[in-house]
Amino acid sequence: MSKERNALIDQNFRLNEEAVEDRDHGAIQRLAYGFELDRREFFKLLGGGVLVCAWAGPLRAQESGARARENSEDKLPQSIDGWLHIGEDGTVTVYTGKAELGQNIRTSLSQQVAEELRTPISSIRLVMADTTLTPFDMGTFGSRTTPIMGSQLRKVAASARDVLIQMAAARWQVDAAKLVAANGTITDPATRKSVSYPDLIKGQQLVKLIENDPPLTPAEKWHVAGTPIPKLDGRAFVSGQHKYTSDMTRPGMLYGKVLRPSAFHANLTSLDASEAEKLPGVKVVRDGNFVGVASPEQHTATRAISLLHAQWSAPQQPTEAELFEYLKKSSSGERRGNDQWGPSVYELGSVKEGLATAEKTLNQTYTVAYIAHVPLEPRAALAEWQEGKLTVWTGTQRPFAVRDELAQAFRIPSEQVRVIVPDTGSAYGGKHTGDAALEAARLAKAAGKPVKLVWTREEELTWAYFRPAGVIDVKSGVRGDGTLVAWQFDNYNSGPAAIRTPYNIPNQRIEYHPADSPLRQGSYRGLAAPANHFAREGHMDELAHMLGRDPLEFRLKNLTDQRLRAVFEAAARKFGWGREKSSASRGFGIAGGAEKGGYVATCAEVELNQGEVRVSRVLEAFECGAVVNPDGLRNQISGAIVQGLGGALFEAIQFDNGRILNPHLAQYRVPRFSDVPQIEIEILDRKDLPSAGAGETPMVALAPAIANAIFAATGIRLRSLPLVPEGLPKKG
Amino acid sequence: MPITLLVNGAERRVEAPSDQPLLYVLREQLDLTGTKYGCGEGQCGACTVLVDGRPVRSCRTPVSAAAGKKITTIEGLEQDGKLHPVQQAFLDAEAFQCGYCTPAMIVAAAALLNENPSPSEQEIMRRMEGNLCRCGTYPRIVAAVRQASSVARKP
Ligand code: FES
Ligand code: FES
Repeated sequence: MSKERNALIDQNFRLNEEAVEDRDHGAIQRLAYGFELDRREFFKLLGGGVLVCAWAGPLRAQESGARARENSEDKLPQSIDGWLHIGEDGTVTVYTGKAELGQNIRTSLSQQVAEELRTPISSIRLVMADTTLTPFDMGTFGSRTTPIMGSQLRKVAASARDVLIQMAAARWQVDAAKLVAANGTITDPATRKSVSYPDLIKGQQLVKLIENDPPLTPAEKWHVAGTPIPKLDGRAFVSGQHKYTSDMTRPGMLYGKVLRPSAFHANLTSLDASEAEKLPGVKVVRDGNFVGVASPEQHTATRAISLLHAQWSAPQQPTEAELFEYLKKSSSGERRGNDQWGPSVYELGSVKEGLATAEKTLNQTYTVAYIAHVPLEPRAALAEWQEGKLTVWTGTQRPFAVRDELAQAFRIPSEQVRVIVPDTGSAYGGKHTGDAALEAARLAKAAGKPVKLVWTREEELTWAYFRPAGVIDVKSGVRGDGTLVAWQFDNYNSGPAAIRTPYNIPNQRIEYHPADSPLRQGSYRGLAAPANHFAREGHMDELAHMLGRDPLEFRLKNLTDQRLRAVFEAAARKFGWGREKSSASRGFGIAGGAEKGGYVATCAEVELNQGEVRVSRVLEAFECGAVVNPDGLRNQISGAIVQGLGGALFEAIQFDNGRILNPHLAQYRVPRFSDVPQIEIEILDRKDLPSAGAGETPMVALAPAIANAIFAATGIRLRSLPLVPEGLPKKG
Repeated sequence: MPITLLVNGAERRVEAPSDQPLLYVLREQLDLTGTKYGCGEGQCGACTVLVDGRPVRSCRTPVSAAAGKKITTIEGLEQDGKLHPVQQAFLDAEAFQCGYCTPAMIVAAAALLNENPSPSEQEIMRRMEGNLCRCGTYPRIVAAVRQASSVARKP
């Protein structure tokens, strides 16, 4: 056993040297954690049993390949990826750095562990997103939980099963290959002997590192994975018992609130806090441009903020009217964009030559507005300092990054910061940063007491970050027979996700141009995929109509990707594409695409009534490999469609000179019951293909399908998202 | 000022300014955190509770206005460890994702079914329009309410 422990430490040292050169801050931070993985400590915490760790060592070719890639989303953690403990009572505790935000991964990951470990799902407990207890994780985003974490945990579980089988084989002095694990028990079919996992484990303290990939159970043989298991802790949610960050308390806790500047980028020039400080129990904190208060009651904190007299000076900032021009201008020349991805170009053949051979060409510009995530649980954090150590409970998608943010801000080592993410009231890409955590921690430090801070809806709609606005120019050429020959696609500021076309075009130039965004921007469900699909699939529709061809037939003519063809065909069949012609009062549209391992085709039906547009029916065909939980998947797809309706039809952040003009739900409209169309979902379960995530891609083809349906009915081509914030524009 | 509230069948004494929203009193003083803050603007419905059986937005209800009236929160729907039919229907239909809107949806639906034991789909959507679900689980919520209504109708 001590040999095993030494192996762990050895590997850490080796990794340490590697990691020094590694630019990935996360890998370095993680190492420190690796040292803390003291076997005895662990068993003290959990009781005896078997601890199995997946070890993605630094020397694996695949790993270093992933590491060499620049895009941060593709970087994988490099040491322990997951671990699992089987206790003497048979309880299986699984540790993952992923967070539950409503995407139901607590359930779907448990299913996968139960499957490989051959143990009832009720014996599994997931510890998630706790920087002290769980392995490092980049974050919960990019539809990566299912393909990456899911398969890692399956490997850990399969290895754990193997460990147990070996133990039984040693006990009975038989060949391990002959033993069968099922339902938490190992059986020897020859002798009919059997032993339950708890009985096998009793009195053991065993650590196992997995060095090789164990064989996994193929999807066709799944019993627990692949089935619609209900949300594991669903009862806590329907009874109001689940504690979100915003519901938590600590002894002596105060409520915090921040004084927001008069505009973005404003500097505090003076502050008179004397009135606020007179309120009982109120503590006012000023630190640079940060001004906040802490008080024993929320309403006193709110009152104290209103009694602060502050002067701010803010620079002149762009207006909404000049936004798109500004983005294009700021993307060229000396000014560097603020996007971490940097510019990227993809080229194939020569667009110039392609255009020269085209019989028809088309040149169009598409735009998308800034939109807000509007998670129903606003950003929230509860911070507590104890003897120089900081613990923060907060709803974030990136607990380890937030831990590092906090460590930096307070100039303490990361090991002294613990970030815990309670299952959170959703995020949709909006909770990557640690704003609320920093604010709460700053106030808690000054007050010497735990502080909880929950953003108001107005703060959410102002001080969070937005889905980037963007401009997309598309220039294309086709031959008379409908063959695409040239495609130029320039995306300003939206982002590079799903920027490439899935259609076969011999001459392409596709470029993403980062720009200076007037508003704080960041990731949003699907990143730029909805924007790029809106432009691409809208443009494809325009070309089809220009050529007098059916939009579906035109797409299929230029498409050989079998998986994408399959969803287009499935959607068209189920929807009854082509069965009814669009009329002035009813239009049909189709769009599709592929992103992050998911393939989607969406058909939309819109009803028009005196300039009012209503989406009445959406049919979506979706394929993401082998389905892990069909019911959870349907829920995700349906939810993505409903949320996507907002960005497609009416959501837009309005701003002027560093201020948000519509920071309230009465002004920023999000989809409600009455907006929901009839939704039909066609899932193509490809058990022969690896499972991909499904939180994002189901959203990407919705807006173009709706825009195309509106055109089919009215002849009005809408090239800006949102499409109809104030009803249908007049023709012309 | 001292105020006596009748919450989930029990008398509770609290100390609060009379204009303080009921939401904060429930959450901060009575630890009834199933009732959520979503906007504080009367726009999202996450703070819905029943006052004398009628759904109200507790973020816009001064605590003094609820004094002496019967207040029911999500925590008060469960009886002797048995979920309310609407809670059970939400669980069965898995009519949630992140679940943050769920308690208020259930409270609003329970009020609706009290008044009209078998509402049409249209009626459900109309009456629940003020409750937001950003995760977009509306179709399942409607299905769950209909399910609960048919259970409620059975003898
Ligand atoms: S919190 Fe009361 S309506 Fe939103
Ligand atoms: S389930 Fe997330 S807001 Fe409704």
